[in-house]
Formats: sequence, structure tokens, C-alpha cells
Amino acid sequence: MRQHKLALCREHFLAWVPEQTQRFIEKYRMFGPDDRILAAVSGGKDSLSLWDVLTRLGYHVDGLYIGLGIDGGVSYSAESRRLAEKFAAGHGLHLTVVDVAEVEGAAIPEAASRTRRGQDKPCSVCGLTKRHVMNRVARDGGYGVLVTGHNLDDEAAVLFGNTLSWAVGYLGRQGPVLEAVAGGLARKAKPFCRFYERETAAYALLSGIEYIYDECPFAVGAKSIYYKEVLNRMEADRPGLKLSFYLSFLEAKQHGLIARPPDGEESPLHPCLTCGQPTSAPGQCAFCRTWDQVRARQTSTAGVTKP
Amino acid sequence: MTLRDKVFEVRAGMTVRDALRHVGLLPESVLATRKGELITEDEILREGDEVRLVAVISGGRGD
Repeated sequence: MRQHKLALCREHFLAWVPEQTQRFIEKYRMFGPDDRILAAVSGGKDSLSLWDVLTRLGYHVDGLYIGLGIDGGVSYSAESRRLAEKFAAGHGLHLTVVDVAEVEGAAIPEAASRTRRGQDKPCSVCGLTKRHVMNRVARDGGYGVLVTGHNLDDEAAVLFGNTLSWAVGYLGRQGPVLEAVAGGLARKAKPFCRFYERETAAYALLSGIEYIYDECPFAVGAKSIYYKEVLNRMEADRPGLKLSFYLSFLEAKQHGLIARPPDGEESPLHPCLTCGQPTSAPGQCAFCRTWDQVRARQTSTAGVTKP
Repeated sequence: MTLRDKVFEVRAGMTVRDALRHVGLLPESVLATRKGELITEDEILREGDEVRLVAVISGGRGD
């Protein structure tokens, strides 16, 4: 780990990751030992490693797997679900599975093709759906916090993109913890936000965690991957650059250099008329609008008969 | 060295790090394993070594 000027053997690395995770949990006041935690697990290296580490640290963590119905020629969703279920069963942990096609009536690629939002790529509909489902399960299950496996490379890539476009609103919201919002937005935390992606992958490999190696077929060409590659090119010449970029940002935020809009200037939240989750738009939230559109187009397509 | 369905031939005597750069891969973007064991970037490759590379970059997680 050149950014830390630290080299560890297997045994010490496997002890170092949980120790550091606990340090980050305390430093950023993510949650306490009595909190009920919901971990969003995708079957990938980050989320399964996170679930493993938090469980080793003694936290009470249930998992949530969201079945997106993505195949991509590699049975991507089926395989990732199998691995998430295998991990849960092997560790005696509780996993809630929400299959989007079963609950909403269409898999993500099919749903995306029926909306303007998802016409180029399903990623936007996918992200919207995952956020909605995660929040719903966290809220309905009475969990104190929802954790995700975002690592430092994820965070640095998002920060890089938002800095390039000076997306001040997004910069103001980015951080290791996103506080709960009265009215139903769950508290979110990212306990792996200071680990490099190589470290979470190394943890999974060294721990013998079986995870899905294939990337989501729709991630090919994603901006986040491009930003990660650019940052990794810089990291290769300047070890520690990614970590310093993210930590300097958090420090700048702490000193008020990246301010959130003053109270009252952010869009007020209302309960969605259909699902009750908070939304900045009056009436229906983006999730319900999108999925109503998907179902309406499904029905109208089903009604068309060949002459 | 193999990465998914790609095969790269490199000379013995190079470090993993140099071998990765030689074939145009960013050392930051992969982990190297030999006989199922993780090996470090400064490991020197020997004649006949078969190294499996594991990609570590994941993407498309904008939320």
C-alpha cells in the first residue's frame, strides 16, 4: 500500500482492514454497537467484504440484495444473487432479497427501454430504483443506518466528476455519512470510504470470499470507470494522490469551504402521493412516475395485436 | 499473465509491476495471483510462472 508506505503480510492485512474500518466508523460517527444496520449487498467484492468486516467487528448487520434482472450474456444478476445468498447462508446472516421484476413488473433493462430516462442506458433507472428500494427496506425494517460498500476509488471518482462540473449541490452532499431526513430518508454510511479498491479486492481474495468478478455489463464505458482510470494513472506517478484528494475535500468541507445551501434554500421535501417516500417534486416521486410510465407502456404494448 | 480472456507473455526476471506496465496495464487496476495466492508488485516473475490478474475496478455506482 504505497499511499500508506505500508506492506503487510496476509495475517496482518486481514487484521488491519477491520481495525481501520472501526476507526473510520468512530471518526465519522457512522453508527454504534447497538444500531441495527442494513448492508446493501450486490455480490461484489466491496459489499461482501464490508458485510464480512462489520460482522467480524460484532455489529448486527442484515443484508439487502436487489435483483435487477440483468443478464448481459453472463447471467450477471443470477450469479450475483447466488453469491450473496451463499455468503449469507455460510455466515448465518439474514438477507432480504427484493426482485425488481417480481415487485414492479419488469426487469431493469426492460423497464429502462420503456422510459425516456433509460433510453440510452439503464443506469439511471437502475440507480433510481436501487435508491428507492434501499430506502424503503431500511425505513420499513426500522434500521438505524443503511451501509454501502463504496470505496475510496468510488468516492474519488464521484468527487472528480463533480469538481470538473462544479456541481456544488452534489459536492455539499458527498461524504462518509448522509444524515437521515425527517419524513423518511434513511441515514446512510460508507465505512469503506477510505480503502482503495485494490484493498477491498485483496481483502475479499485473502478472506476467501467468493464474489462476482464480472462487472455489470452496462458499466462498460461508464464515466465513473473513466474517471477511475484517469485517477489511477495519476496515482501510479504520485502514490497517495487519490487519498489526499478525498481527504483534502473532506477537510475543506469541514472548514465550511464547500457549503450546503442555507436552510430554506434547498427544495422542501413532500411525501410522494403514491409511495409516501420523501420527494422534492410535488405529487409523485421520480421512482413512482418512472415505474408508472413503464407499466403503462407495458400495458399498451401488450394490447397491440398484429393485423 | 491472464486477465479475463486476454493472455500476455512477459519475460522472466521482471517484477510484477514492470510486467504490468510493459503490457500496458495500470498496476493500480489489478491484483496479481499465482497458484491461487496473491503476490505483491515487487515479486520477480520466474520462467514458467502463470499469473492470473484480477481486475479491481468496478463502476456504474453513481449513488
